[in-house]
Order: sequence, then C-alpha cells, then structure tokens
Amino acid sequence: MLQDKDRIFTNLYGQHDPFLKGARSRGDWDNTAAILARGRDAIIQEMKDSGLRGRGGAGFPTGLKWSFMPKQSDRPCYLVVNADESEPGTCKDRDILRHDPHKLVEGCLVAGFAMGATAAYIYIRGEFYNESLALQHAIDEAYEAGLIGKNACGSGYDYDVFLHRGAGAYICGEETALIESLEGKKGMPRMKPPFPAGVGLYGCPSTVNNVESIAVAPTILRRGASWFTSLGRQNNTGQKLFCISGHVNKPCNVEEELGIPLKELIEKYAGGVRGGWDNLLAIIPGGASVPLIPKSICDEVLMDFDSLRAVRSGLGTAAVIVMDRSTDVIKAIARLSKFYMHESCGQCTPCREGTGWMWRVMTRMVEGRATLDEIDTLEQVTRQVEGHTICALGDAAAWPIQGLIRHFRPVMEERIASYRKRSMPMAAE
Amino acid sequence: MTESNGSAFEQPASFAFDAESEAEIAKIVARYPEGRQASAVIPALYIAQRQMKRQTGSAWVPVKAMDAVGARLGMAPIRVYEVCTFYFMFNTKPVGTYHLQVCTTTPCWLRGSDQVTEACRKATGIKGWGETSEDGVFTMTEVECLGACVNAPILQVDDDFYEDMDAEKVTALLAALRRGERPTPGSMAGRQTSAPDGGPTTLTSLQFAPEA
Repeated sequence: MLQDKDRIFTNLYGQHDPFLKGARSRGDWDNTAAILARGRDAIIQEMKDSGLRGRGGAGFPTGLKWSFMPKQSDRPCYLVVNADESEPGTCKDRDILRHDPHKLVEGCLVAGFAMGATAAYIYIRGEFYNESLALQHAIDEAYEAGLIGKNACGSGYDYDVFLHRGAGAYICGEETALIESLEGKKGMPRMKPPFPAGVGLYGCPSTVNNVESIAVAPTILRRGASWFTSLGRQNNTGQKLFCISGHVNKPCNVEEELGIPLKELIEKYAGGVRGGWDNLLAIIPGGASVPLIPKSICDEVLMDFDSLRAVRSGLGTAAVIVMDRSTDVIKAIARLSKFYMHESCGQCTPCREGTGWMWRVMTRMVEGRATLDEIDTLEQVTRQVEGHTICALGDAAAWPIQGLIRHFRPVMEERIASYRKRSMPMAAE
Repeated sequence: MTESNGSAFEQPASFAFDAESEAEIAKIVARYPEGRQASAVIPALYIAQRQMKRQTGSAWVPVKAMDAVGARLGMAPIRVYEVCTFYFMFNTKPVGTYHLQVCTTTPCWLRGSDQVTEACRKATGIKGWGETSEDGVFTMTEVECLGACVNAPILQVDDDFYEDMDAEKVTALLAALRRGERPTPGSMAGRQTSAPDGGPTTLTSLQFAPEA
C-alpha cells in the first residue's frame, strides 16, 4: 500500500493552494535548474530507468518515447501534452490540471528540455473550461517568476508553454488527431508512419504525452528512478491515479501503486461495492475502451498493465467502472457503442459505418429483438472493424462488445429467448 | 433557415468582432508560430460564440461569424465551416440563456443520469434533445462523457460542472437559475472535489509549510 510520503499528487483533492506559493511548499519548482543541468541524455536515461509507462492508456515507455526525438534538428521541436481527457470513466488529469497545475508546467519544461523542444502546447478538452483557467493562471505565474520563458529557471534555456482548448471531440485524444486539431483542422487521425517524432506538429518533430506522464516526471527526476521502481511491480513500476466510478459506495480518485489488487482498491478507497463484494457483476478496469471483466476475474486480478492484459482486458487509463448485479450489462455496453458512434471522426469506412451498425444491433440486443446467430454476426463485425482503421477508435469500439459476448453471452441469449416468448406466444405453444 | 426538427431561426445579416473579441484574438494568435494562424480557429470560434452571448444572450456561431473568423485568420470559409461543424461545442443554431448539457455516458448512467434527464425535462418542459424551452431560458443537450466520472452524474450548465446530481438537486438548481442565481459549481453533495464521501482517506498525514 502506498504511503502518503510516496504520493506524487499531494494536492489531488484541492485542499491546498494549487498555485505557485502552495506548489512550492509541496516541493514543485525546487531547484529545477539542477535537473536541467544534468543534460538531456541523463534525464532521458533516468526516465528510462524508472520504467515509467505512459499514463494515457497505451502504456508505452515514456523515456523511450522521448529518446525518439532527433538529437539535432534544423526545425523547431515540440512537446504536445494531451489533456483531452475524454475516455469514459477517466477524470484523473482533471485533478492535476485544477489542483496541481505546476507539476504539469514544470514537467513540460523538463520533458521539453530533454527532448530538445522549444515549446509545449497543452491541448485541453473544451469542456474543462474552469480547469483551463486554473492551468492558464499557473502558466502565467510561471512566466512571471522566470520559471519558463526566456532563460527558464536561469538555465539559459528558452522555453514556452502554451495552452490550447479543444472543443468537444473525443477523437482528439488520439495523438495525430490532436495534432491536426492543434493545426486548426478537423480532428482526423493521420496515417503512421511517419510518426510524430519525425513529422508532427507543423511538420516538425513532436512528442505527444499524457498529462499524468509529464506531471510525474519532475518528482521521478528528484527522487530517482530507484525510488520509482521500488513501487509497483516489475515492468509496471510506480504509482498511478485511479478513478473509481459506478456502483461503489464512495466513488473517488486515488493514487496507489500499480499492481494493487482490484478488490483491495475498491474496498479500501471506494467504500466497497454497493451491497457488498458479492453484489458485484462486472468491472471495466481501464476506461470504456477495454473489455469488461466479470466478478470471478475481479476477485483476484491485479491492477497493472501486464496482469490485466493476461485476462484479456487492459489497464488503459486506470478508470475503474464498477457495475453491481442490478445493472443491465447489455445496456451499459450499448451506451458505450453509442458513444463510439458519436465520436467516430468518419474518416475510415469500417469505423464510420461499423460503429453505427454495432450500436443499432446492440440496441436490439438490449431488447432481445434479435436472433441467436446475430450474436455471432455481431462478434464477426467487431473483428472486421478491429485493426482495419487508421487509429484505435475502431478497436476501442469493438473491444467492449467482444468482452460482453465473451463473458455475458448467456445473458444475451436469455434476453433474446424471453423477447421471443413475449412477442410470439403462439409459436411457443 | 429551418432545422429538421422544425424550429426556425434567423441567421444574422452580418457579424463583426467587437473590441473585446479583437483583443482576445490578438492575444491568442500570438501563441502560434508565424504563418500558423489557422491554429487559432477553435479559440476564435469560441470568442465569436461568447460575443454572440454578450450581444444577443444566446451563445452560438452564425455563418457570418465563421466567415469573420476565416477572414481574420486567412482561411477559406469552408475550412472554418468544417471545423465549426466537426466540434460538438460550437452551437450552429441559437441556444437558450442556459445550456443544460446532460452527460448520459455509461459512468453517469450507472449513477442515475436518467433521473437527471427526467428532472430537466420536467422543470423545463423540453421534450427532446437539442430543443429549447418555450420561454427561451433553457436548451437541453445530451453530451458524451464529460470527464468527471467519480462525481457522476454530471449536469453541465454553460461552462460549469454540477456534480453528484440527483432529481431533487436538478430541480433546485434549475429553479435557482430561473431566479437569476448562479450556485457555485462542483459537488452538489458537499464532497471535497473527487475525494470519497466523508473526506479524504489519503494525504491526511502530510504537513506543508504555511501557504500564506
């Protein structure tokens, strides 16, 4: 169990002053120049050694990602921070943006310095209006105090941080769609390669990182990679913000070590499942895009990238959506299908057409107005969407349905049977 | 112009940025490199929407405003239309004084967004999504995940999140809005932001230097 002294986000709940004075009292901006003085390579090596895996969902090693940026570039390089937090169930970055914004701004400087960037653009989702005001205030304070801007922290390095608001498109959380949007276009993902580290924002080398990945960097660099690796589990090091929502007694955000048992996480911090653990039906452990897991798996599974992958789900953003036995699980997943239909950018046919098709069939599955073999057809269509689109939104739309069929097929069959019984009483005789 | 749901509205004959908007645009354009002013299209559309709110009481972006954004940023009008219609937060037709945005995505639905929706309907008389109440005070929109799921269900009013809602709290909130009051946003159940009900159970042993 993570102790308070090892927590990074010490103002998670906003009990203290989120701005410069308060942030400094919590250790932010403490001799940042000394971190920069270690040099680019040393910072990247320390991040690699920490084993930090990206906190935005994919879990790609952060230090490695930074190392993809060119050592020398005749064009400007950019750090782009993904604050477009929109994955259903996820609300962790929001707390960083509004309660610990200086961790992010300082992270922008050290990360940007390490990758040779001249500026950071923080792309925040449009709905986070009040959060954007808090963050902008923190940025203004940092400029005012000489922490960023010309000769940032007295390091001799010039570095800008800009805030950019999105306007309500989930797809802009995809890194290349985010870049398109930042350039003033519709948020439609780009083909990769070329990857952003080669051709990113304005055609220049760019790295896109999640808010949490960037905000933890200064603390890791201060306390050292060995401190970070002493927490969590092998290949799943460190701590993570978890969002626990749905049918629990006390929904909340909390910072804990990776690898904490799911059951312990819920019982210790979220007041347990409504009606007790035995009243649990299923959990979506990592935001809407990952397949749900039934109670039998929830009993034992650990909350980290590899453990959840082993049970054919994923850690994703560590957004734990809990459903008790009163839940119409087909309807819960059908609502996610509607979400993906709404958010598909429309660029790739399998996703544009597939998300709508899957939602329409899921709507019938909720009623049971379907035939048994349509469950297989639905499963096959998810396979035809998955992996056949430019970005992962198609996959994200497919996986929740696949998880539902994998674990709750009998419920779907029963729904169909009872609909037939109701609608065709003559045939039953 | 007539919308598919039958409600008619007028596109204004002209739109020009006022001094306040011009100042904001100048500030925002400076954030992007030379020749990359198109990056400012989303912020500029927000500025236009807010100016409409100031001038007409309704936050929306008429076609003439999109044209003004295009002219200001050196973009072809169609590029601005594309952006304005792609992103959900730009209203391309007038909305009421208060824009009620109900999140109904699964995490909110599990915590009772159906009751929130129902209470909004009852208090406003609005039948369907995207419609405006007869008195023009409220517009009600179904929105996707707002990213505040541990405080579900959420009712967003204009830019503010009202969290931990239920039918009773919705009714009280809308009544307050009608009276011209603006209750403080955040948890309506009195929680400390995203901490568990009853107060934080972590971060309780830390002492920081005074924050005077």
